[in-house]
Amino acid sequence: MSNTVALSEKYRYLDTEAYIQKGLLLLGIAFLVLFLLLPLISMLQKSVQNQAGEFVALENFILYFDSPILFQSIYNSLKVALATTAIVVSSAFLVAYALTRSQIKGKKTVKIIASLPLFAPSLLPALSLIYLFGNQGILKSWLPVESIYGPVGIVIGLSFWLFPHALMILTTAFSNSDGRLYEAAAALRTPSWRVFLTVTLPSVRYGLVNTIFVCFTLAITDFGVAKIIGGQYNVLATDIYKQVVGQQNFEMGAVVSVVLLLPALLSFWVERKVQRKQTAQLNARASIYHPAANQLRDSVLLLCCTLVCGFLVLVIAMAIYASLVTFWPYNLSLSLDNYRFDMMDGGGWGSYKNSLQMATLSAVLGTIVIFSLAYLNEKLTVLPYLRGVLHFMAMIPMAVPGLVLGLAYIFFFNSPSNPFNFLYASLAILVLNTVVHFYTVCHLTAITSLKQIDREFEAVSASLKVPFYTTFRRVTLPLCLPSVLDVSMYLFINALTTVSAVVFLYSADTTLASVAIMNMDEAGDTAPAAAMAVLLMGTALVVKSLHWYLSRSLISRTQRWRNV
Amino acid sequence: MHAAYLSIDQLYKHFGDFTALDDISLQVEEGEFICFLGPSGCGKTTLLRAIAGLEPSDGGTIIQGGRNIGNVSPSKRDFGIVFQSYALFPNLNVADNISYGLVNSKVSKTARGNRVAQLLAQVDLVGIEEKFPAQLSGGQQQRVALARALAMEPGLLLLDEPLSALDANVRHHLRGEICSLQRALGITTIMVTHDQEEALTMADRIVVMNAGKIEQIGTPEQIYRHPRNAFVANFIGSMNILDGELLDEATVLVAGSEFTLDQPVATGVRKGKLGFRPESIQLNTNQPTDLGLVLKGRVLEKIFMGAFVRLRIALKGLTIELDFTSQRTAPPDVEQRVDLFIARNDIHFYPHEARVLPVKAGVESTAQSSLLNVQGAVQ
Repeated sequence: MSNTVALSEKYRYLDTEAYIQKGLLLLGIAFLVLFLLLPLISMLQKSVQNQAGEFVALENFILYFDSPILFQSIYNSLKVALATTAIVVSSAFLVAYALTRSQIKGKKTVKIIASLPLFAPSLLPALSLIYLFGNQGILKSWLPVESIYGPVGIVIGLSFWLFPHALMILTTAFSNSDGRLYEAAAALRTPSWRVFLTVTLPSVRYGLVNTIFVCFTLAITDFGVAKIIGGQYNVLATDIYKQVVGQQNFEMGAVVSVVLLLPALLSFWVERKVQRKQTAQLNARASIYHPAANQLRDSVLLLCCTLVCGFLVLVIAMAIYASLVTFWPYNLSLSLDNYRFDMMDGGGWGSYKNSLQMATLSAVLGTIVIFSLAYLNEKLTVLPYLRGVLHFMAMIPMAVPGLVLGLAYIFFFNSPSNPFNFLYASLAILVLNTVVHFYTVCHLTAITSLKQIDREFEAVSASLKVPFYTTFRRVTLPLCLPSVLDVSMYLFINALTTVSAVVFLYSADTTLASVAIMNMDEAGDTAPAAAMAVLLMGTALVVKSLHWYLSRSLISRTQRWRNV
Repeated sequence: MHAAYLSIDQLYKHFGDFTALDDISLQVEEGEFICFLGPSGCGKTTLLRAIAGLEPSDGGTIIQGGRNIGNVSPSKRDFGIVFQSYALFPNLNVADNISYGLVNSKVSKTARGNRVAQLLAQVDLVGIEEKFPAQLSGGQQQRVALARALAMEPGLLLLDEPLSALDANVRHHLRGEICSLQRALGITTIMVTHDQEEALTMADRIVVMNAGKIEQIGTPEQIYRHPRNAFVANFIGSMNILDGELLDEATVLVAGSEFTLDQPVATGVRKGKLGFRPESIQLNTNQPTDLGLVLKGRVLEKIFMGAFVRLRIALKGLTIELDFTSQRTAPPDVEQRVDLFIARNDIHFYPHEARVLPVKAGVESTAQSSLLNVQGAVQ
């Protein structure tokens, strides 16, 4: 090859592909800085400012800790979160054990019923509990305490809502166990209680720790249940709401938010640590464990599953029934009166349409953004330092409660000096907030599926002179299709049911169904609130079934190579 | 001046404190088959990836076909590559995999189909265009990956341990196929391997690497017959390595026997290592000492190895191995005293050099342990 050719080639090769990669990566980082980092920073700023915007150091915090009422909330929150965690983790442990380590019948039914709370807004169990154990509740006499309004109601409501989260993590942990260890234990004639202590428990210990912290964080940061059924019992999440919406005291809202960030940060840190150990635990040689028959064990476990599923079904059924009763408790005839939302506060059917629109946009745009950024992060080699920054930022949303993120958005985007001020009170800000709020789980799902793909595909394409985006479209995306669909579904359902992330951000034009539930309940329209909650849950379930059916046919059409 | 097809000069690569490539210089002629051989962590794969541009180097130049490609991204270089995992796209069938790069270069569909068929014929896999990778055996996948790498008619073929995931007999068969294909196409080829037999049987020249450095470059025969240092000697084939002490500039005292070197060593050298291969030792031949090295020992152990019997023999304070191949006479019994003779030509002497090996946990472990084996055999 002559030198002239070499020279002209050299100039042609000013690498456009690398520029595109770097540009996309920087865009992604700009996205997370703008919609995650800067809002959080402005919230931290607000917590050390007075109402006039002057820097007052820790004055707000001193005020906060001096106020016995506010301080009491920390204690209340901890108590409620610990009780919920204890109940949820122990019951989920038993059910997960039953699903993976026994021969009970109806495992599939148990799994389906146990997953139902995922589709409900957290407001639904609270409303249902009012009809079950409230002042005019049908099971009021069963209640051992005087009133459901308070810690007991919050704990029961949260237990319902958190159960599937705990069960999912624990079932995964249980099914990752190595069957060879059980064979070895059996060969050494180990009694079953010792097998449980020396094999089963150690193999799920990371999953167990993880579950405890996930439950604790979700319980301490949840807003919906406490809002509906907390009564006079104050917790941190409702305090933020009261300070901001009730008293317009934004600075104190920021202070409580900072306090609420602490447990979330702690559990975030523990989870990261545990996750790293979990992955190293199982190797490719592990074999699947097949439980042996054991009449006594199976009967006990079946009873546990029946009790848990009975409780979940009871709560859901009560909500549905209450939504259909014409006028509780005086006219028990069934009608659809409560579904005439246009007669009530909260935005009526318009809110429901807004919610659908918001959830659809979040699912579509969120999946595109999150998956593309995960791809850039995992598969490209440009700007290694910035890719690390991107990954770190993608982890932050997990540690930020929705209410805190929503408040941070107010501080950041409501400021008149912010060029993005136009987003405020729009549907766009609700979508952005929702996508960022649920970012981490989606990011990790995408990363996991990308990691399973041969890491040399990009190198092979480069050697074949095929640009990276072609390989992304022709190979990477088809390979990751199942997880892409999962991510979009996760975003849709969470966007539909979330309250905490959006409660500060909706406007008169963008009222949402989940917020409408809260507002109707506040206005005393408990039955329509229950009806809206049931409607949201029904919608989520219908969309999920549709999604399941569509993705099954899509996968069978495009993934022929998988089953050859 | 004659310019090599691929010329690498003073290439460096660091990962943090760890030096993966340390002053690598190498010339590859057009049409040559080169093997990078070394223990894991020696830098051979890093060097291959640096040539492909997948691992940017920290210093040095790489010139391919007269063009400096040191800072050029992989997609602008001219190479085809086969990875250990083959990296076949699982969702595309064989034809789509092979023509993956052809689609871009504005070749008509029929021409593409013909090219795929031609490539499949070259790798001896006619008529499997419609199959998916999951339907193929490991050896077939490997050949499809090879066809894909050749599809764009690259000037350089890079093979990263392409055979190591295969069963032994498939591996042996494919060795021959890759070699004859390479020779037929005349394509310059670099293969990374940790399998010395693979390197010896396939390569025109072998580059032996250790701890980020090139230890020796040469034809398989040169490397085997004249290993330049104790590392190469021990890594390729097996070698008895004995510590020796210099009595004067040309006389070494080893295991109680004296041996005169062909060439006197530099003054100041007091110690060195004497190496010879197990198969070069002759038993009880009563050769005169000036023709080679004579040692006296006692048989410790007999190990049946199939084609030969390996004897472990105790010398003064140390143990060596020798291969007894004779079919006509029986090997000596355990505890029997034997005379050993090694001809002058079969003896390598490595004067002691004060080379400090980088001590680093993990990555260097293989290199370390092979050195330990040397000492283990001697003690």
